[in-house]
Amino acid sequence: MNVESMYQEIILDHYKNPRGRGAISDPAGESHQVNPTCGDEVTVQVTTDDSGHLHVGYEGQGCSISQASASVMAEMVEGLDPTEADAIRAAFLDLMHSKGAAEPDEDVLGDGIAFAGVAKYPARIKCALLPWMALQDAEAKAGITVTDEGADRR
Amino acid sequence: MTQTSLVAPQRSESSGPRTLDVERIRRDFPILGRTVRDERPLVYLDSAATSQKPVQVLEAEAEYYRSCNAAVHRGAHQLAEEATDAYEDARRAIAGFVGASADDVVFTKNATESLNLAAYAFSNATAKAAHAPDTVDPRFVLRPGDSIVITQMEHHANLVPWQEVCAKTGAVLRWIGVDDDGRLELDELDTLIDSTTRVVSVVHQSNILGTINPVEAIMRRAHEVGAIGIVDGCQSIPHMPIDVTSLGADLVAWSGHKMLGPTGIGMLWGRHEVLDAMPPFLTGGSMIETVFMDHSTYAEAPKRFEAGTPMVAQAVGTAAAARYLEALGMDAVEAHEHRLTGYALERLDDMRGVRIIGPRDNMHRGSAISFVVEGLHPHDVGQFLDDRGVAVRVGHHCAWPTCRRFGVPATTRLSTYIYNDTADIDVAIEGIRAAQEFFGV
Repeated sequence: MNVESMYQEIILDHYKNPRGRGAISDPAGESHQVNPTCGDEVTVQVTTDDSGHLHVGYEGQGCSISQASASVMAEMVEGLDPTEADAIRAAFLDLMHSKGAAEPDEDVLGDGIAFAGVAKYPARIKCALLPWMALQDAEAKAGITVTDEGADRR
Repeated sequence: MTQTSLVAPQRSESSGPRTLDVERIRRDFPILGRTVRDERPLVYLDSAATSQKPVQVLEAEAEYYRSCNAAVHRGAHQLAEEATDAYEDARRAIAGFVGASADDVVFTKNATESLNLAAYAFSNATAKAAHAPDTVDPRFVLRPGDSIVITQMEHHANLVPWQEVCAKTGAVLRWIGVDDDGRLELDELDTLIDSTTRVVSVVHQSNILGTINPVEAIMRRAHEVGAIGIVDGCQSIPHMPIDVTSLGADLVAWSGHKMLGPTGIGMLWGRHEVLDAMPPFLTGGSMIETVFMDHSTYAEAPKRFEAGTPMVAQAVGTAAAARYLEALGMDAVEAHEHRLTGYALERLDDMRGVRIIGPRDNMHRGSAISFVVEGLHPHDVGQFLDDRGVAVRVGHHCAWPTCRRFGVPATTRLSTYIYNDTADIDVAIEGIRAAQEFFGV
């Protein structure tokens, strides 16, 4: 595997044209996560609407992997039920910890499958996970809970 | 054990500037013969993080374990004697490498521990002074309003320990700023270091910017106000001839693994009178003189600072590294790196979209060169270089405040040593170009 195949078109596209970037109004929870080894930073804000669906915004600076991952995450979980969003987060975590051996499920992960190659580079896994860690932490701070169905997948 | 490689290549004795025979040197470094990432030859440009080790160092360490491993400074048997000799011979060789006396060199775990040893002398003395002022040297006792002066280009190892000392004692941390070229703003020196200053601790060569600082002038100012002067020599001692006794410092810290030696060992040189006045840092076995149930007295320096079983094999390995470098000639090492640094600076400066973070001129600077590529994060640059077999460091290089000073989250850093040549720089430059093309920046 060469480096060009790690940087899938999808990743580059999200890096250059980030989706969902920016703050949201009245966030119920916010989390700032840094990767202390390289200085990547991402801040994720979350809230839920009257029907309990997630709304997510983020800001950040860092490498293509961390910033593209934030964009993919924001696009995928926006408007979802928190439990559904948590299932995606859990599947993404599994993918990143697979050492490149997992067959990602596009139905669950959507554009997230593009990060499969990243899992082969231990130094980059933290980059890809950073926004998802921030999402989980922001949800916890906002008091957003998931049902057991989502928790089981962790 | 092969016969061929146990003597370091001798420097050429021809007239004019001596040069290193890089091809010959590279044969002493087995790791440089391996491939990485789909059979690419390894291009190692990360020696500022840690240097590779020649077979002479590996063999010295292995030979110690094979032939005379034992606990040092105790035991009545022959192996204990031989191990003790090996350890103390190593101390003499390493001290000699930096122009020092063996009695003035303390072995630690790494340079970070050496700097912590120095920092803890102040917080420990300050704590003891509160109830037993007669037991401590007043030079190490800090009070609220005292100041500690460092620079804005310190490695975290020479920054965070002093933040902790300030938090424990009420002393205030000050720092000499860095200008846009990556040089210290020394016009502030006489005002920053004033009558309140008790400690001045500065890096000799910046690990992120490559800047070589005029530590002699800074130490002179420190002594004018009666402060203890400390130099972090991690990046300078492996790369240029240095007599630690001529820097004007009271204490100098450096590590073995950046000068071809093994990991797990650092050094702290000190003026003997200063070491003698410092309270112990880690305590326990080996560092004592007498022990009773209610109190103990301590051995003289350097033993007072070497609690527990020491890192004998690492000392032996580092001594072999010092001998290897001496055989090459540190002036030849310096000249070689100066030439490589000039070449790398020129090639990087010629590149579109590349900004060097640190001095661009090849004066008073070492071979660690940080840069940023417009539109590209250093992690992505590093990934492309790695794909070509090029090992560089990306990130904040444990100098996060220095990155902030230059308004960058991180940099890519290439750093050379005795086994690199211009061809290595060329591969790196090609890798940066490829990353620029791929990302369309």
